[in-house]
Amino acid sequence: MAQEYKLILKYADEPGYSRDIECYLRHGGYNDLKKALALQPKDLPDGKKLSGPEQIREDVKISGLRGRGGAGFSCGLKWSFVDRKSGKPIYLICNADESEPGTFKDRQIMYKDPHQLIEGMAISCFANDVHLAYIYIRGEMVDGAKILNEALKEARAKGFLGKNICGSGYDLEMHVHRGAGAYICGEETGLIESLEGKRPYPRIKPPYFPAVLGLWMCPTIVNNVETLCNVKHIVAMGGAEFAKLGTPNNTGTRIVSLSGHVKKPGYYEIETGKATIGELINDPKFGGGLRDGRKLKAVIPGGSSAKVFKAGEKFKLKKKDAEGKEILVETDMLDLPYDFDSLAAAGSMSGSSAIIVMDDSTDIVEALANLSEFYAHESCGQCTPCREGSLWMSKTLHRLTHGEGRASDADYLVKIADNIPGGRTICAFGEACSWPVQSFVAKFKDEFVAKGAADEARRAKDISAPAETKHLEAAHH
Amino acid sequence: MSTAATTETKPAPTAIEKIKVKVDGREIEVPRLIADWSGKLTPTTMIQACELAKTDVPHYCYHPKLPVVGNCRMCLVEYGMPAMGPDRKPILNADGSPKISKMPRPAISCATPISPGMEIYTKTPAVKQMREGVLESLLINHPLDCPICDQAGECKLQEYSVDYGQSESRFVEAKVHKPKAVDLGPRIMLDAERCILCTRCIRFTKDIAGDDALGIINRGSYNTIATFPGMPFDNNYTLNTVDICPVGALTSKDFRFQMRAWFLKETKSLCTNCGTGCSALIGSREEKIYRFTPRDNDAVNGSWMCDSGRLNYKWIGRADRLKDVLVRGQKSTWTAALNEISDKLKKTPAGSVAIVASARQTNEELWLISKLKAKLGAISDSIPRDGKGDKILVSADKNPNTNGARLTGICFTEMGINLVKISDGIASGKIKTLIVFGENIVKRAVSNEKLRERETISEVVDEHGLTPELLAKLDTLIVSDILPNDTTKLAHYVLPGAAHAEKRGSFTNTKGRVQKFMKAVEAPGDARAEWEFLHDLVHNVTGQNGFVTIEGLFNQMAKEVPAFNGVTWQSLGDTGVTVQI
Repeated sequence: MAQEYKLILKYADEPGYSRDIECYLRHGGYNDLKKALALQPKDLPDGKKLSGPEQIREDVKISGLRGRGGAGFSCGLKWSFVDRKSGKPIYLICNADESEPGTFKDRQIMYKDPHQLIEGMAISCFANDVHLAYIYIRGEMVDGAKILNEALKEARAKGFLGKNICGSGYDLEMHVHRGAGAYICGEETGLIESLEGKRPYPRIKPPYFPAVLGLWMCPTIVNNVETLCNVKHIVAMGGAEFAKLGTPNNTGTRIVSLSGHVKKPGYYEIETGKATIGELINDPKFGGGLRDGRKLKAVIPGGSSAKVFKAGEKFKLKKKDAEGKEILVETDMLDLPYDFDSLAAAGSMSGSSAIIVMDDSTDIVEALANLSEFYAHESCGQCTPCREGSLWMSKTLHRLTHGEGRASDADYLVKIADNIPGGRTICAFGEACSWPVQSFVAKFKDEFVAKGAADEARRAKDISAPAETKHLEAAHH
Repeated sequence: MSTAATTETKPAPTAIEKIKVKVDGREIEVPRLIADWSGKLTPTTMIQACELAKTDVPHYCYHPKLPVVGNCRMCLVEYGMPAMGPDRKPILNADGSPKISKMPRPAISCATPISPGMEIYTKTPAVKQMREGVLESLLINHPLDCPICDQAGECKLQEYSVDYGQSESRFVEAKVHKPKAVDLGPRIMLDAERCILCTRCIRFTKDIAGDDALGIINRGSYNTIATFPGMPFDNNYTLNTVDICPVGALTSKDFRFQMRAWFLKETKSLCTNCGTGCSALIGSREEKIYRFTPRDNDAVNGSWMCDSGRLNYKWIGRADRLKDVLVRGQKSTWTAALNEISDKLKKTPAGSVAIVASARQTNEELWLISKLKAKLGAISDSIPRDGKGDKILVSADKNPNTNGARLTGICFTEMGINLVKISDGIASGKIKTLIVFGENIVKRAVSNEKLRERETISEVVDEHGLTPELLAKLDTLIVSDILPNDTTKLAHYVLPGAAHAEKRGSFTNTKGRVQKFMKAVEAPGDARAEWEFLHDLVHNVTGQNGFVTIEGLFNQMAKEVPAFNGVTWQSLGDTGVTVQI
């Protein structure tokens, strides 16, 4: 049976655990940083020496750690892209702009165990020769910024930050930077622009790969809060040991934010892939099932931009049989292991590991209208297809949910959405705003058509009273 | 052999490696590096390779003279790369050619560097569909007010819609409304609804003009170009944003609603506002000038022009232009006046004639004057015109042809140094005849006594001693000018000349760039291009017959003036030739 596995959140919710540094130190805090700083150069069989930082980087590669922010990109690989020969300083930025609707995992760490993040960052900085790091925190998390600043002060006072950390000769400074309230600041190059004091327009890649031309045009690493915390545990237990957690290629734990129509919404840390979506929703240890008398309708598995799953949807997943041969196994959506690869194979993603559950009380058109309104509001407006398409879809859905729909709107929506993703935009926001529309309409097309057709029928009957559309315009200005 | 005339703007760069790529199946060789907007050599991009292959890739935000941002998505193309085997060696087809694997995602051609063996596809169904999608997106909230839009006829949204768009719109929602007729600054009006948010204007003013005056406010589809509240967009380069705006969002207050672009005749000309000599296009219709816009010339002005230069054209159409040949105040004819002047000049004793020519005259005119000067043994000079320059285009020298005046021997390196000799000569009665071209000399005249006082206290002397009182001592004062002024009032002979927009000729700028300009409009009344009547005058006085065409005249001058040796009218091309100054 699926179990919670608390690695990152081991202490956070323990009674009596507080976020001050004394409590953290009582729980073995900063020992992993000390361990990292004390690493001695290791001799390799080929005669070369591996420095302490190189050993950590190697260990992170071995651990198989994948980014917890949304894309699930290999952390070790990301670090290996960093231009270490430019002569410029290397920066590390903690992406704490957690703003994907449905996601509330990073804030648990920052609010309850800020020193874990600082320690994870300090180790990551040491591993990458970084001497200045930033925590870019979502602007709405006012308390979070205060907590982190307080924690940084404590860490400085104890000598875990600043000059000559723990007598190692290693210097590191860290600053908290509050965002001004935009979803797009979670996109790493948009974040960097914002940190530089500019409008957070994501940068074009090439040439502005953060690992080469990031903050202030210097090599920069941008990692998610949870990812950086994992680095601490990789140093604590060793990369190989860490890789045993979870499933192959989906190592470690994930903190799942579970919201929507379940009895026990909340965050649950699991070994990656060791629980299925169904278990997370229905198991009494997790969501505890749907509200009484309700049936499951849809699940968004990885934050609101992930493609939706329809209840009862089946996927053919590749598995190895007893003889090691690859076979296709029909898998119900609820039986999908909650990991990066299975969800990708099912055409969606685990994204920021936020599961949004919708039962049969949900008007699916309304749900999409709600999402689209969010994305239309949050498009930075840099690239033409996303800027215009996101609002267009939102307006259409607004019309469709306000009695002015057409039966043809379902196809119309998909055609608009198809113009946005797939490399047509600078950043992944193009995908984020169009995937929900594409997937909702594809999987619940009858509901969209029915709604539009009903509106058409009503208008035909009521032709003497022309449609009042002014409120539609007003609502969008 | 020419002294140093070159058509190149810079010394030939060291050889840059060439690489082979295919554009729509056609293999071309392109340099691995090309100068970017700032002149720095950077890896060649797909759009540059396509340009070299003469394949059009539509684009809005990309501009070769601006930093690349890649936001319009109009230049998306598909591409393929040589497939690599596990041994990192190219996989070959059966015929030995490298196997190309097509990339799953498109790329913006403006920002994606090319690599050896790359294949760029600009005409695939997917590319066509992406362009249609971008155009549809740009048009849904666009007001489609082309009939009253100044950009109509030279609008990239119109052009690409015809070339790459769809004829119908699916859009049935309410459009986004944004501010219209926004007064951005003294010369610029913004229609935010027409704006396609390519940010060319923002980048221009920030990175070229050095004035971070424009930005975007709001989000998403509500994005709007704006200035900081209370800070007008008023640097001296704002009108360039109108030129580079691909749509009618930014309009010139001077030009808006004045003339449809398609009625304008475009003439290759120059700006004469300072010694930089920006290449310009004159837009005119029915002998009226409506606008000056910059013409690309990397040796001089890149793609830009200053506002003060381009707006300084209204005087050309002034109603009080000199239109008549006047002999002692009476209307006369060119033949009568020139014959009379020639007869007088032929009888003057050597050393009794002085000439004040203008560094606003063309090389050819100044050279003809130098012929006259030699024959008459005259003393000559010109009036310096110093002002403020900037680090971008504006020169402190406000004469467009200072170097022309120097190279033809009209003045010394230090222009104006002879003026005191001329005024002394008139005062002493030695100089009896003064010929003035295009300079209102009495404007900055002070009496010789006062002038000498000032010389002792200050080094810079803009003034000279050619006062009206002094000019009254002359037997003959011949003045050619374009507009009436205090000097023409005193003249015995007034010869109405032509503005540069009304004639052909060439100027030599502060850096020695010799550029030619063409005639856009006719001179009013009896006014004539100076080189034409100077030719007649020189023929009458010297007996030498010269060329009666500007080409022949220029070529003759180039033979005789050492600095211009080897240059021909034809070799000047559209962007000119740099000579040793």
